[in-house]
Amino acid sequence: MGNRTPLYDQHVALGARMVDFGGWDMPVNYGSQIEEHHKVRQAAGVFDVSHMTVVDVEGPGVKTFLRRLLSNDIAKMKQPGRALYGCMLDEQGGVIDDLITYWRAEDRYRLVVNAATRDKDLAWIRARADEAEGVTVSEQADTTMLAVQGPKARERVAGLLPEAHREAALAIKPFGCGDFDDIFLARTGYTGEDGFEMVLPADDVVSFWQGLMEADVAPIGLGARDTLRLEAGLNLYGTDMDESVTPLESGLGWTVAWEPEDRDFIGRKALAAKKAGGVAWKFVGLILEGRGVLRSHQAVVCDGGEGEVTSGSYSPTLERSIGLARVPKNCGETVEVEIRKRRVPAKVVKPPFVRQGEIKVTV
Amino acid sequence: MSKVPAELKYAKSHEWVRVEDDGTITVGISDHAQGALGDLVYVEAPEVGESYGAGDAAAVVESVKAASDIYCPVAGEVVESHESLADEPEHVNEDPYGEGWIFRLRPEKPEDVDGLMDAAAYQKLLEDE
Repeated sequence: MGNRTPLYDQHVALGARMVDFGGWDMPVNYGSQIEEHHKVRQAAGVFDVSHMTVVDVEGPGVKTFLRRLLSNDIAKMKQPGRALYGCMLDEQGGVIDDLITYWRAEDRYRLVVNAATRDKDLAWIRARADEAEGVTVSEQADTTMLAVQGPKARERVAGLLPEAHREAALAIKPFGCGDFDDIFLARTGYTGEDGFEMVLPADDVVSFWQGLMEADVAPIGLGARDTLRLEAGLNLYGTDMDESVTPLESGLGWTVAWEPEDRDFIGRKALAAKKAGGVAWKFVGLILEGRGVLRSHQAVVCDGGEGEVTSGSYSPTLERSIGLARVPKNCGETVEVEIRKRRVPAKVVKPPFVRQGEIKVTV
Repeated sequence: MSKVPAELKYAKSHEWVRVEDDGTITVGISDHAQGALGDLVYVEAPEVGESYGAGDAAAVVESVKAASDIYCPVAGEVVESHESLADEPEHVNEDPYGEGWIFRLRPEKPEDVDGLMDAAAYQKLLEDE
C-alpha cells in the first residue's frame, strides 16, 4: 500500500481505478479517461494533486537564494501575488526538477515540486539553503492540493469560497496567486485551460471536494492529466527532461533567464558553454499521420539523423496520436517514427497542440 | 463485477476463446482486461495466414496510456482478422465478447483448447488477483 491522500475514500467511492504513482495510491480514472479529458476542455474538472510537494522558502535571504537556485529569475516578478515557472538545475545544467515559484509576500515564497522527485529535491534545496544566509525551508506535509481546470473552473471554485473572498479570487490574473485565509489559490495549471491550483489544509479538503462535486466539477484522474498536458505541449519531468539533459534540449530554453549577466545561477556556466558550442537538438511536437500511437523512446528518423519521442499518447481532442520529441536540429517538416519495427510518417509541429479548447496546429 | 460468460474458455493472460461450429476459434480479451486497460484507441490485429505458437504475441491493443500484447491462447493459423477495429477500437471496450472480437484461428490441435480455463476457474483467477 502506498501513501494515501485525505481524498482516498472519496476516489474509491466514485469508482476510481487506483494506481501507484510515485509511491502514492492515486486515481488514474473514474471510468473513461477520454470522457474526463473532454470534461476539462469543455467545462470543469478537479484533480487531486496532493501527492505533489509544497515547500515554503522564507526569510530575509530568500531572494538571493532563489536567484541562485533557479535558472529562471524570480526578480522578473514585479510584486507579490505572481508566479513563475522554471527549472532547478545541477552544476552541469541537468534538470533536477521543473517547478512553479509563487511569491506570496515580501520574504515568503512557495515552491511546488513533483511527487516522484520529492526526496532529491528537498535534499538539494536544503543543502543549498545551508550554504546561504537567512533562509528557512519547510515542507508543508499537512497540506493538500487540488487543481480545478477548465473554462468554468474559476467561477465554480469562487462559488465555494467565503463571500468576502470571491471577487478577489476571480480578480487573480493568469500566473497570479493569493492567500485567502488558509486557502492558497493560484491561477496556474497543467492542462492548457484556465483554472486554479489550490493548497488547503488537509482537514478541509474532503468538504471542499464534495462542494466541487455538487457544483458540477467532474473528478478527473491522472490519466487525463497526462493527455491534457501533452496536448498543451507541457513537459513532463522524467520523460521529456531529466538530469541527463539541459533545458536547451528540452524546449525549455525560454525559462532560462540570461539577463542580468551577473546573476550566477547554478548551472549557468555549463549552459553558457553548451549554448556557445551550439545545441545539436531541437524539441518539437509530432502528429502521427499513419496508424498507431506515439510512445516515449520510439526512434524518430529524419534526414538529419535520429531522435527520440520523449512522450506520446492519443490526443482525444485531435483524435489522433501526438507526441513531443527531441530531434536533430536540421530535421525537416516530416519524419518517420519507428513503431514496432514499422516506420510511420509524422508531421513536425510547434506545440501547443491545443490551448483553451482550441486546436492550435494544422492536422 | 466483470462479466465472465460461462460458455467461453479463458487464458491466464485474459484472452477469451469461443469454439465455432467449423472448428475454428474466435479470440478476444475479457471484460476484465478491457476495463483494466481503459479506453482503447488503436488495435493492431494479426494478418490472415500468419501462424503463432501458444503464448506468442499475435495482436496489440493500445489504450490511451500504453500498448499491450494480445497472446495467442493456443497454437494455430490466423483465418480471419477483425481489421475494422483499427478504426473502431472502442468496440473492444463496449462489447468485448461480441463486436470486440480480435481474430479467428484454426488451432493446430483442437484439444489444446481443453487445456484453457473454464469460466469458473477464470472467475477464481480474477478474485485472487
